[in-house]
Amino acid sequence: MSFHPKMAYDATFHRSARRREDEGPPFAYTAENRARFDEIVKRYPPDRRRSAVLPALYLVQHQHGYITANGIRHVAELLGITRADVEDVVSYYSMFYTKPVGKFVLNVCRTLSCAVNGAERVTEALSTKLGIKPGETDPTGTFTLMEVECLGACDRAPIVMVNDAWHECVKPVDAARLVDDLRARGEVVLSGCQHVVERRR
Amino acid sequence: MDPILTKHVREPNSFTLDFYLQHNGYEALKKALTLKPDQIIEMVKASGLRGRGGAGFPTGMKWQFVDKKIEPRYIACNADESEPGTFKDHLLMERNPHLLIEGCAVGCYAIGARVAYIYIRGEFFHVQRILERAIDEAYAKGLLGKNILGSGFDCDVYVHRGAGAYEAGEETALLESLEGKRAQPRNKPPFPAIVGLYGKPTAVNNVETLCNVPLIVSRGPEWYVGLGPEKNGGPKLYCVSGHVRRPGVFEASMNITLRELIEGHAGGVRDGRTLKAVIPGGSSVPILLPDQLDTQASFDAVQKAGSLLGSAAIIVLDDTTCMVWLAENLLHFYRHESCGKCTPCREGTDWLHKILRKIERGEGQMRDLDLLSNISANIAGKTLCAFGDAAVTPVVTTLKHFRHEYEAHIKEGRCTLSADWRARQPVGAH
Ligand SMILES: Cc1cc2nc3c(=O)[nH]c(=O)nc-3n(C[C@H](O)[C@H](O)[C@H](O)COP(=O)(O)O)c2cc1C
Ligand code: SF4
Ligand code: FES
Repeated sequence: MSFHPKMAYDATFHRSARRREDEGPPFAYTAENRARFDEIVKRYPPDRRRSAVLPALYLVQHQHGYITANGIRHVAELLGITRADVEDVVSYYSMFYTKPVGKFVLNVCRTLSCAVNGAERVTEALSTKLGIKPGETDPTGTFTLMEVECLGACDRAPIVMVNDAWHECVKPVDAARLVDDLRARGEVVLSGCQHVVERRR
Repeated sequence: MDPILTKHVREPNSFTLDFYLQHNGYEALKKALTLKPDQIIEMVKASGLRGRGGAGFPTGMKWQFVDKKIEPRYIACNADESEPGTFKDHLLMERNPHLLIEGCAVGCYAIGARVAYIYIRGEFFHVQRILERAIDEAYAKGLLGKNILGSGFDCDVYVHRGAGAYEAGEETALLESLEGKRAQPRNKPPFPAIVGLYGKPTAVNNVETLCNVPLIVSRGPEWYVGLGPEKNGGPKLYCVSGHVRRPGVFEASMNITLRELIEGHAGGVRDGRTLKAVIPGGSSVPILLPDQLDTQASFDAVQKAGSLLGSAAIIVLDDTTCMVWLAENLLHFYRHESCGKCTPCREGTDWLHKILRKIERGEGQMRDLDLLSNISANIAGKTLCAFGDAAVTPVVTTLKHFRHEYEAHIKEGRCTLSADWRARQPVGAH
């Protein structure tokens, strides 16, 4: 049996679907990040500086909020690889942002164990509260809503990762309040990661 | 069996070096440094320790295969833990990081490596902080670094954090990612034990695997073998999640049955519901049905029952779960995580997901079911890495056991389960 998906065989078809990164302002690490970078590079053999590309990109993202073409250029120069090499990596890994994101990125886990515990309702509640769909940023630039795959803490489902911090056991009814709490008090409202074994036994 | 790996995880300071040293910490490393590297490999072989990352391959054999003629050699600890349903390595690293560091050091000594990289997944930012703090503590006490405990053995341990890619858990993709490239697998053979990180011999081991090594060295392989059924010795961590009252990580010997884990440790299926299906080893393995609950939760017994123990991630599903939706949910995962290197997997997972979504919406046709089987058959076994087989498993196994649900979706044009099947309320157990 053959299966022919409908494809857009028009003039745009052979062009990359991915928009190029923003040029962004001129970029160089701050002195502090540069020191951190120099320290990280030492972990790898001297002729294998390329290994540091992920930590180097994290530093760019941390400093600028997202990864720009100038950021990529800076990393490429420091590591002695081509810009294409760095772009290759940026476009592959899902935790690098190539456009601006909100101050709080709400990553709701949508995979099985979270989904059977109401993750879809959590996304729905956040989406309604913020008036945006998953993948979008609200007009004030404070919140970005995303759906992500299993975060590796399925016993505390559903999980929402806010930037680098975790918020666990989010009940759908509490989801909307999380937005208000974050706005008022910042990341301190998050539960963090609280694995418990052999609970109540 | 009393917990061993997770014995102290509930104590507030369990992650500090002081606490670890008070509980016989780094004794195994001290003992190992008085032995010959080959003796340690022999001990691990005698213990029958099987890899906890998914494949269950004997660790001692893997270490023996590492080419000892080529320098330098490496250990890459696989802490990518991304298989849906798995959260045991996470717990170990968070609450018992020194056990992993000790395991890395002993492993390095055994295969003659001087550097171990712990590759953790991008989302584990808090774990990175804990591990790095623990590593700093170990350096300060001379348990890592140059001339460890005056033995002349040097060992460095570094944490390398990924950036969001399930495929980075595949051993060769992990090495590519460590080298600063896309996490796409390499052709095997040559296996990493011969040509691994930077082209040098490398042992890729899961976190839980390495955490078992200090136990074997300090208490001996006979004790270890005696803990479980034949060829399945040692303590094992089980992750139980889904529709159970008390989800969590449970440590047991592999003598335990799935029933004891689900109904005993995890408190059984949530109130008023009955069990529908169990996924015993992470989303990539076939479903087991309620009448198979008495299966022993060991690598061999689960395989005999028609599934795989995989990463021991037991996902429990009750009678409210729609199996078409389940396949759709998991194929969304696989479609998103395919690394795109081979065509059947890259394109096929997308097709499967599209068709499943169509059926789930009630717009499917009967011939779509044959199409699903056909596409699955054209992915499984035809791809570079095991991801392809994993990705089609949810489709094949639900079609096998729950074909009537697919047919009902198509005939009725909707899901026939009650309206609240998507778990409007979470299990109230936390
Ligand atoms: C698609 C795919 C994903 C994998 N993900 C992981 C993972 O997240 N963690 C892990 O330890 N092993 C994972 N593995 C298994 C590894 O390839 C490898 O078998 C394991 O790290 C070996 O360690 P072990 O012998 O200690 O189990 C994965 C394999 C495949 C094919
Ligand atoms: S099977 Fe899939 S994940 Fe594995 S190499 Fe091929 S495309 Fe990549
Ligand atoms: S399914 Fe959400 S953390 Fe695993």
